[in-house]
Amino acid sequence: MTVLVDKNSKIIIQGFTGKMGSFHADEMIKYGSNVVGGVTPGKGGSKHLDLPVFNTVKDAVNETGADASILFVPPAFAADSAMEAADAGIKICVAIVDGIPSHDMIRIKRYMRRYTKSSKMTLVGPNCAGIISPGKSMLGIMPGHIYKEGRVGIISRSGTLGYEAAQQLKNLNIGVSTSVGIGGDPINGSSFRDIIEKFETDDETDAILMIGEIGGPQEVAAGEFAKENMKKPVIAYIAGLTAPKGRVMGHAGAIVSAYGESATEKVEILKECRITISKNPSVMGDTVKSVLEKI
Amino acid sequence: MDIHEYQAKKILSNFGVTIPRGGIVYSPENAENKAREIGGSRWVVKAQIHSGARGKAGGIIVCNTPLEVAQATDKLLGKKLVTNQTGPEGKIVNRIYIEEATDIEKELYLGLVFDRSSESIMVVASTEGGMSVEEISKEKPETIIRSKIEVAVGMQNFQARELAFGLGIEPELIRRASETIIGCYKAFSELDATMVEVNPLVISKQKQILALDCKMSFDNNAMFRRSQVSELRDKTQEDSKEIFASDRGLNYVSLDGNIGNIINGAGLAMASMDMIKLAGGAPANFLDVGGGATPEKIVKAFKLVTMDEKVKVILVNIFAGINRCDWVAEGIVDALKKIQIKVPLVIRLAGTNVEKGNKILKESKINYIEANTLEDAANKAVAALNK
Repeated sequence: MTVLVDKNSKIIIQGFTGKMGSFHADEMIKYGSNVVGGVTPGKGGSKHLDLPVFNTVKDAVNETGADASILFVPPAFAADSAMEAADAGIKICVAIVDGIPSHDMIRIKRYMRRYTKSSKMTLVGPNCAGIISPGKSMLGIMPGHIYKEGRVGIISRSGTLGYEAAQQLKNLNIGVSTSVGIGGDPINGSSFRDIIEKFETDDETDAILMIGEIGGPQEVAAGEFAKENMKKPVIAYIAGLTAPKGRVMGHAGAIVSAYGESATEKVEILKECRITISKNPSVMGDTVKSVLEKI
Repeated sequence: MDIHEYQAKKILSNFGVTIPRGGIVYSPENAENKAREIGGSRWVVKAQIHSGARGKAGGIIVCNTPLEVAQATDKLLGKKLVTNQTGPEGKIVNRIYIEEATDIEKELYLGLVFDRSSESIMVVASTEGGMSVEEISKEKPETIIRSKIEVAVGMQNFQARELAFGLGIEPELIRRASETIIGCYKAFSELDATMVEVNPLVISKQKQILALDCKMSFDNNAMFRRSQVSELRDKTQEDSKEIFASDRGLNYVSLDGNIGNIINGAGLAMASMDMIKLAGGAPANFLDVGGGATPEKIVKAFKLVTMDEKVKVILVNIFAGINRCDWVAEGIVDALKKIQIKVPLVIRLAGTNVEKGNKILKESKINYIEANTLEDAANKAVAALNK
């Protein structure tokens, strides 16, 4: 989806010279992403992976014209880095990092309210696999080769379950326009609703697969939005039918604490929103296929 | 992370909330002395476990003499209390809180949580204190009042005042009630809490506003900057397998079934549990070894799952992304050299280098059942159980 990333996106890596940053920068470059440099405070002026390193995001933006960034900084510093990116004029920022305190996430989101809609950075994550537009650009940590180019949009809270979906689609010869991992945390940069809205206006996407799980109001909010505003078909799978109430299931955000947050309740509400439900995780691909055949 | 009632009350009192006089004890003799030290003529002996609904489980005893306090303490110490929140195995009582009894005039409810829709802090209050918030929202929803607090500026006096008036508190107590509510808010926002619940918040016959019971939970992700909170962790209140897991960077939740799981990624783990249920089985655990599924973590995961005697089959489901299946397979083979497994093992690998991974497993001569898809894996695990 050119709305988020495409071949022309100029990417910088925040936390460039660290182990994670170096490894994934290399993977992204191999995939064909247009990585133009990175930021590590104190190492500005040096080179890393043959690319320039800057002290600040502002310097990187001024020198390279970067408009996308990906964060590989430790959780304690992630909020600061995300706000720095927003202030420097980055348009899309992916936070891979797991472990950002919820209070910090709220702080980031409040900070970003100072920008007008057109100048506001889109933050995706944290605790996510990132974004891939197969054949164009990868701003994430996913295995690029399991994504076939195509016209289905994927939005997933979970990383590996998103991979599972991409693989099932590939096995059925169905490709993906863009896959967005929104992450497993209770407070995230972009919600299902935010991304589903972008897919609706994306002329490279015909249908959307939404992979949710227990906990939080976001799947239902997206369903209600889709019912009122969307023409493209939406298919959903909700993980955690067997998850006990009140327990955190791995993802900090995967906890059932109110009505409408269990998998069964979410499925019922989404059905009422005319969303096609993939009844179990092994038929996500088949369900998408049957919906595509009806278009 | 959860803490005990007495710890939560100490925190609240540091933020200006009044709490009844009390103290923590570890023995009956201690308890008797503590009751005399606190003074008064009635005491409440409260078992400290990480659970609500302790009263119904017999964990809270009102006493009229210091001797009774000692006896009640003796009765509760070392006991396992089973409440509707602890699960059937219950939680052990190692600490007792002795508190002066309060003459209650009115019981109120006050709770603070994150509101995920508005991404703010939500204060929930009701005149029906003493009942759980679930019961209140079911039986007396009209008594619930809410206030969303903008975190950037914090809670304002008028917001606390509105809540206090909304609870029908008499005019001369409004100021103290507002201070109490703001104190709870400050504790929540300044200590990275995820939940503060004062239930009941009481007005005493002497016109004091007191936190009579309190539960607090904190954001595990923020403990790096809250050493004073993280010190309050009481591992005796946690499942021993879950402690083993969290100390080793694994996400583990103990469940009731008999199919042990080792999976990478929380979403895939939940999905695999769903498939097991669909195939007619029941998962013994939720276990996410992390997206990376490094060989070290695989070894630890096998140790953890084999610690659980309920486990009759083990299902490994790894979707290799940036790591590769051949690497994961080597990790599995290595783990099985170190740990003996006496139950059937089903392995499903997918993703990068899956053929190489499966080849390594086959050539290793480990005894396992190969599965190709999620569904195949769940079906084979359940079938192995029934053999």
